[in-house]
Amino acid sequence: MINYPIEQIRADFPILGETVRNKPLVYLDNAASCQKPQAVIDSIVHTYSREYANIHRGVHTLSVKATDRFETAREKVRGFVNAASTKEIIFVRGATEAINLVAQSYGKSQLKAGDEIVISAMEHHANIVPWQMLCQQIGTVLKVAPMNRKGELIFEEFEQLLGENTKLVAIAHMSNALGTINPVERIVAAAHAKNIPVLLDGAQAIPHMPVDVRALDCDFYVFSGHKLYGPSGTGVLYGKQALLEAMPPYQGGGDMIRMVTFEKTQYAGLPQKFEAGTPAIAEIIGLGAAIDYVTAVGMDTIAAYEAELLDYATEQAEQIKGMNLIGQAAEKGGILSFTLDRIHPHDIGTMLDSLGIAVRAGHHCAMPVMDFYGVPATARASFAMYNTRQEIDVLMQGIKSLIEVFG
Amino acid sequence: MFEDLRDLYQEVIFDHNRNPRNFRIMENANRRVDGFNPLCGDKLTLFLKIDDHVISDASFQGSGCAISTASVSLMTEIVKGKTEQEAETLFTQFHEMTTGKTEEVNLEAIGKLAVLAGVREYPARVKCATLAWHTLDAALKNQQEAVSTE
Ligand SMILES: Cc1ncc(COP(=O)(O)O)c(C=O)c1O
Repeated sequence: MINYPIEQIRADFPILGETVRNKPLVYLDNAASCQKPQAVIDSIVHTYSREYANIHRGVHTLSVKATDRFETAREKVRGFVNAASTKEIIFVRGATEAINLVAQSYGKSQLKAGDEIVISAMEHHANIVPWQMLCQQIGTVLKVAPMNRKGELIFEEFEQLLGENTKLVAIAHMSNALGTINPVERIVAAAHAKNIPVLLDGAQAIPHMPVDVRALDCDFYVFSGHKLYGPSGTGVLYGKQALLEAMPPYQGGGDMIRMVTFEKTQYAGLPQKFEAGTPAIAEIIGLGAAIDYVTAVGMDTIAAYEAELLDYATEQAEQIKGMNLIGQAAEKGGILSFTLDRIHPHDIGTMLDSLGIAVRAGHHCAMPVMDFYGVPATARASFAMYNTRQEIDVLMQGIKSLIEVFG
Repeated sequence: MFEDLRDLYQEVIFDHNRNPRNFRIMENANRRVDGFNPLCGDKLTLFLKIDDHVISDASFQGSGCAISTASVSLMTEIVKGKTEQEAETLFTQFHEMTTGKTEEVNLEAIGKLAVLAGVREYPARVKCATLAWHTLDAALKNQQEAVSTE
C-alpha cells in the first residue's frame, strides 16, 4: 500500500460526512460528477463575498481583481495540462460545449462534404452527437472504430479507418461507461502520420492521471471542471494555437470583439475570441482552486492510489457469483461497470441507495456501448481520490445481500 | 438489510419479477404498442385482444426492472375481462396513486395494484411503474406509435 493521506483528504470534503437514508454516505458516482473539497467551496464564497465583479470590462478595483483571479485560473489550467500558452486555454461550460465548439467552428470551417471523422465505439454521446449534427449540416461522414469484448479499441482496425478522406479523429482518453484508457499516444502518432488532427475527450481521464497535452501532442483536449473536483458550469477546451487562430468564433457577443460597428466586427484575439458573454466567473476561479488542491496531493499519487482501489474492487467483484464486469480492458481507470444476473441495474441502484451507496444505473450516455454488450443498462461504481477499501467492502456486501434478496 | 425498502419491494413484486404473468407474444392480438423508458432503456411490447369493447386477453414482452416488470405483469392480469372504459378508469386511479395526487387510494378498486403505491416515495422510480399503464392507455386509444415516458 502506498502512503496516502486518506484521512486528511476525506476530511477536506465536507459532504463525505453526510448520511443518506440514515447510513453514512458511500459516494461511488464520481464518473458522473465529483464532490468538492472545502478549498473549492471557500474559493466560491470568497469570490462572492470579497472579490466579485464582471471581468474584462471595468476600470474599477473589483473588476480588476476579479479579472486577475480569472486569468490566474487560466494560467493554473495551462500549467496543469502543460499547454504552451494561456491563449490555448478556452473556458467553456464543460466537455460537451468544448466538443460542440470544435465541431461547429473547426468542423464547419475546415471540413467539407465527404470528409470523414473517426470516433470509437466507446464514446459518450457528447462525442457522437455533435459530429452527427455536423454530418447533417455539411455532409461529412462519421466512421466508428470498433472495440473488442474486453472494451479495448481494436487498434489495427482504427488505423485502417484512417484514409485519404479522414480529416479528424475524436476519441475518448478514458471511457466513462467501461473505464478503458485508450492508447492515446499511439492514436495521435498514427493520425499525425497522415496529417490528421486529433481531439481527445478527457472528461474522464483528467481527474485520474497526469495529462500533458504537449507530450500527447494532441490538437484538441477537452474536459469538464465538475469531474475534477471543481464547480459545475466550467470546462476547458485546449487547442493548438495555430488551429484556434484559423477557426472562426463559435458564438458572438460581448467580450469576444475588438471593435464593432453596424457594418463590421473585428474579433478579439485568443482566447477571448471563443469566450462570448459573461462566463462562470466564480466557478472558474473555483476550478483554479480545485487544480491547486489535486496538484498539492499530486496526480501521480492519486493515480497510484486509485489503481490500488480498482484492483481491490475488481478482485472482490470477481469472487461474487452472478456479478458480471462490463469492461475489462488491460488499461483501465477507476470504473467498475457491472450487471447482476436477473437483477435490473435500476433495482441495484435503488437497493444500494437504501444502504447509503450512490452508484449510477443506466446507459451512462453511451447507448451504443450498451447495445454492443446487449444490455439495456449497467450499474456503475466509479472511484475518486477520496474513496476507500472500506467503502468497496460496503459496496460488495450490499451487492451480495441484494443478490440474496432477489433470489 | 433492506428494511427501508419493504414498502417498495414487496414480496408480490419479487414474485411477479421472477415469474411474470402473461409473458408471451399474442398472435391474434388486435392492439400492439411498444413502450419505452429512455431514462433506463426499459422496453416492453403490450398485446391486447379487444372484442366488443372488452379486453378478452392481454400479454407482454420485454425487459425491465423489477418494478416495471411487476407493474406490467399485474396490469395484464387485472385488465383481462374489463371493458375499455373500466381499464381507462384504472389507469387514472393507478396514475394518481403512484404520483401521489390523491392521498386516499381507493384500495378496493385498485386491488392488488396497491403493492405499487410505494413508488410515490421514490420519484426516480415512478416511471418504472407507470410505463405499462401509459402503454395501455395508448393501446386503448388505438395509437400506433411507440410510447415514451419522456
Ligand atoms: C467521456 C465523457 N465525455 C464527455 C462528457 C460530457 O461532460 P459534461 O456533461 O460535463 O459536458 C462526459 C460526462 O459524463 C464523459 O464521461
